[in-house]
Amino acid sequence: MNDDAARSQGATPWQARLTLGLLLAPALLWLGALIVLPHVELAILSLRKMLGPHRYAFSLAQYATFFTEPLYWHVFLRTAIMSAAATLLTLLLAFPIAWVIAKIARGRASSLLFILCLIPFWVSETVRTLGWMILLRQSGVLPALLVKLGVTAEPVELLYHDATIMVGLIYGSLLFMLIPLISSLESLDNALIEAAYDLGAGGFAILRTIVIPHAAPGITAGCIVVFMLTLGNYLTPTLLGGKNSQWFTEQIYTQFITRFNWEQGAAFGFLLLGLSTAMVIVGLKLTGQRFGDVMRRT
Amino acid sequence: MIPSLPRPAWARAATAAYVVMFVAFLFLPLIIVAVFAFNDAPYPAPPWRGFTLDWFLGNAAKGRIGLFADTDLLASIGTSCIVASWVTLLSVGLGLVNAFLLERGRFPGKHVLSVLMLAPLVIPGVILGISILAFASRMADFADDHFGWDTDFLRPGLPLVVLGQFSFIATIATLTISARLRRFDTTLEEAALNLGASRAAVLRTILLPYLRPALLGSAAISFLMSFEDFNTTLMLVGADSPLTVMMYGRMREGATPVLNSVSLFLMLASAALALSLLRRRPASH
Repeated sequence: MNDDAARSQGATPWQARLTLGLLLAPALLWLGALIVLPHVELAILSLRKMLGPHRYAFSLAQYATFFTEPLYWHVFLRTAIMSAAATLLTLLLAFPIAWVIAKIARGRASSLLFILCLIPFWVSETVRTLGWMILLRQSGVLPALLVKLGVTAEPVELLYHDATIMVGLIYGSLLFMLIPLISSLESLDNALIEAAYDLGAGGFAILRTIVIPHAAPGITAGCIVVFMLTLGNYLTPTLLGGKNSQWFTEQIYTQFITRFNWEQGAAFGFLLLGLSTAMVIVGLKLTGQRFGDVMRRT
Repeated sequence: MIPSLPRPAWARAATAAYVVMFVAFLFLPLIIVAVFAFNDAPYPAPPWRGFTLDWFLGNAAKGRIGLFADTDLLASIGTSCIVASWVTLLSVGLGLVNAFLLERGRFPGKHVLSVLMLAPLVIPGVILGISILAFASRMADFADDHFGWDTDFLRPGLPLVVLGQFSFIATIATLTISARLRRFDTTLEEAALNLGASRAAVLRTILLPYLRPALLGSAAISFLMSFEDFNTTLMLVGADSPLTVMMYGRMREGATPVLNSVSLFLMLASAALALSLLRRRPASH
């Protein structure tokens, strides 16, 4: 009887505590050893200066270098601005498709279109970038086509421009914008749009006063994710931008791996992490959402 | 705007044209990669010089190293598979434990922990990579200085790559499995317990079968994400390169179409994986 009662309530207190401990241990080990402590280590690295072999002192020199060396903060600013531009363009390009999937296409057509948008993103970023390189480089498909059509006399180099980097970044971000947009547009009641139309509102007014306010959480979630992924991208800018890419992740790689200047690399890492985190917080504050909800939605 | 309202013909046509262009834009690079795997030329570039299977079957005797003779490339595929298997095993295991912790556990600080679990998704992969590299290196130095232990697995190499990828893929597995556990009807569990089943028996016969789709789905996603990861891997890689790092290195040098043929294989493999997932869970967006 006693045994049964204990069982129906779950377990005895010490058993419950043991179970909780066993469930908690792996999570704490994971977050502690792979997330929290490594970032503490990175913070320590970024705040010290080498005095001699195995002798270090606290110093803000790494951060000072960032602000006094124009190259570094130029690249940082450039990365931030291009990421913001890529995010905005991704939103503009993805919105009509999200609208078609959520509102215009029905049933099978809608599912089919969604799956068509999904498929390319199952393929590795490396493969997609290889495709763009074959398309755009001077000996590639598009320059050859332009010559054949008589647009240019000689094949032009379409790789290694800022615009090329943008195309690659936008291409790689579309799905991450589409998913939150579709889910927020699907919950919009068509009756609201019909009512607005019957009351004489034009397309633009409906978009501005009904659709965008309703889709705001999805728009924010999509923008946050896309901005973050773009900011932290390495492959696309370095391959499509070549020597001109000047992406901030590349600076981190150079300091850490090529020059073995871990202190400087750690400071750069924290600056990038700071920008990325700041954008997440600002985005959430703007629309009054909670972090957990946004992440679950995407 | 929506089908129930009148739309002028030009608006319909413009919408259709945009959708077609959008889909074409999405598939263009993939089609180009696939097509040039079969071009009879030393570089993946136009013009079209005829159909060949050299970039799959070629060997040194033919003067063209095809995919099946390219031992470096094949070895890197093997490396990626080993890494992805470990990451999948660890991530799904931890995801399962975390799901029970978050959905069933009651303890102070649970909210903080659940938010912290999401953090790996908002930390750029490059930074996850360098922070784990720096911390592992400190641990290795410590073990060496104080105990004289040789801890090679903490130096750049495959064990670190596995840990680096696991650090954020575990979050995705946790989210997927928790979401399924949350929808579980607990009365089933109570009924079994009332009928005298042990907790272990309930777990084995009711909960795990119920969670199976989420476990398989998160395993597939974990494997794919690990296989395709580049940012974190690049920072932690040692002598053995996984496929993405190997391909990156060759793409910078300007590679032969053998990269197209390996890419075609990747596309077919991920398409097969995607279809098997979509078939089991039709159109769940």
